[in-house]
Amino acid sequence: MNWKLWGLTKSPWVYHVNTGACNNCDIEIVDCLTPRFDIERFGMVLAPTPRHADALLVTGGVTQQAKPRLQEVYRQAAKPCIVLCVGACACTMGIFAECYHMVGPVDKVIREVDPNAIIVYIPGCPPKPEAIIAGAVKGLQTACAALS
Amino acid sequence: MSLPAAIPVMILACLATAVLGLLLKWIDRKVTAMVQWRKGPPWYQPLADLAKLMGKETIVPENARRTGFLIAPILGFAAVSVAAAILWVVNIDPSVSFVGDLVVVLYLLTVPSLAIVLGGASSGNPHGAIGASREMKLILSYELPLVLAMVPAMIAGGWTLKLGAIATAGSSSVGMTIAMIVGFIIGILCTQAKLGLVPFDQAEAETEIMGGVYCEYSGPPLAMFYLNRAMMHAVLPLLLVTIFWGSLSQGVGHAVVWVVLYLVVVVVVTLVRNTNPRVRIDHAMKFFWFGLTPVALVAVVLTLIGNGL
Repeated sequence: MNWKLWGLTKSPWVYHVNTGACNNCDIEIVDCLTPRFDIERFGMVLAPTPRHADALLVTGGVTQQAKPRLQEVYRQAAKPCIVLCVGACACTMGIFAECYHMVGPVDKVIREVDPNAIIVYIPGCPPKPEAIIAGAVKGLQTACAALS
Repeated sequence: MSLPAAIPVMILACLATAVLGLLLKWIDRKVTAMVQWRKGPPWYQPLADLAKLMGKETIVPENARRTGFLIAPILGFAAVSVAAAILWVVNIDPSVSFVGDLVVVLYLLTVPSLAIVLGGASSGNPHGAIGASREMKLILSYELPLVLAMVPAMIAGGWTLKLGAIATAGSSSVGMTIAMIVGFIIGILCTQAKLGLVPFDQAEAETEIMGGVYCEYSGPPLAMFYLNRAMMHAVLPLLLVTIFWGSLSQGVGHAVVWVVLYLVVVVVVTLVRNTNPRVRIDHAMKFFWFGLTPVALVAVVLTLIGNGL
């Protein structure tokens, strides 16, 4: 493994994007930062801006209002940057699937910008913090395999 | 010192400060984690952050001033390296010191802050502009008490601006000793602001203006800023301990106290940042101008009285 990928796996900074979630997944993300789970053990910290981010933590199915903003945030993030879809809504739209104001799940919206984006799905309503950490690990493994 | 001798010293001091700074950055994060009852990151965490940022893409925003935006982190890095070299050389051999090098060091340690102002202002981002303006106000606030707090040490060195003389002089009266202790405490609080740590992190408030001055930085330029901050974390305690306690080269007992004081500054800075909320920028200015500056002035007067004017 080269040093760039070593750095990426040991210090993923995450940027949290809410594209129309009910706030439940956001609370579970905050749980990851608490002493019980402490994701800083793995070097993960919340980044203040997408420019610093190595992973976008997207919660919620994408609404029409959020779509251009999510795409802009993905364009602004410095690559390589992976996308983590946290929760049933972000993965598959969940119970909002038929709603008039929704444009689709996160992966569809991101792939309009970058067809080769590395996207990880963390299902659950909301997913447990353990699941979010496991998802981040799998995402980084995928990113390493794709970039090396 | 001749030029051929100065170049290896410069490179060595730069490398040593960078390594020490990254280590202190880890201590900072580890102590923070312990305060918050967490486990904290492993020892190589700052190195991993740096390696990762070096491997990422550099983005220059469309409406940024390209030259200013990219040169700012390099300016800061150059200044802090030279300041570190001067301070390490004085610590190891105080006789190498030249007239007025304290002023040179104080100026050089202002340049990283000015580089942050330059980078933030040229990033073309409103958050960056707000961060730059706040950083400028902070520089105006903390420089005055910091320099005033060093006056007792200058008097102790025999009314001199030579670091070598200041670092080898001892305190000659009780009043001067008290003034030195007060100056040291003021110096720690100014270090807090110079490092941009809570409660004086208004320029890069993550939760308020999205990283402020660092908002638009990504990849290698951000890595340079990261390294700058780590090096400042090593250099500022070095400056304080050199001025208020003395150089490293004065016997084993003296050196042990030197190391202890150095670590005290690092840990106190971390503890202050973990037990305080961010203050508003005008409160920070009031604190430095109307809180610390009079105290520093009293310390100067105390030194003069202690020395019999």
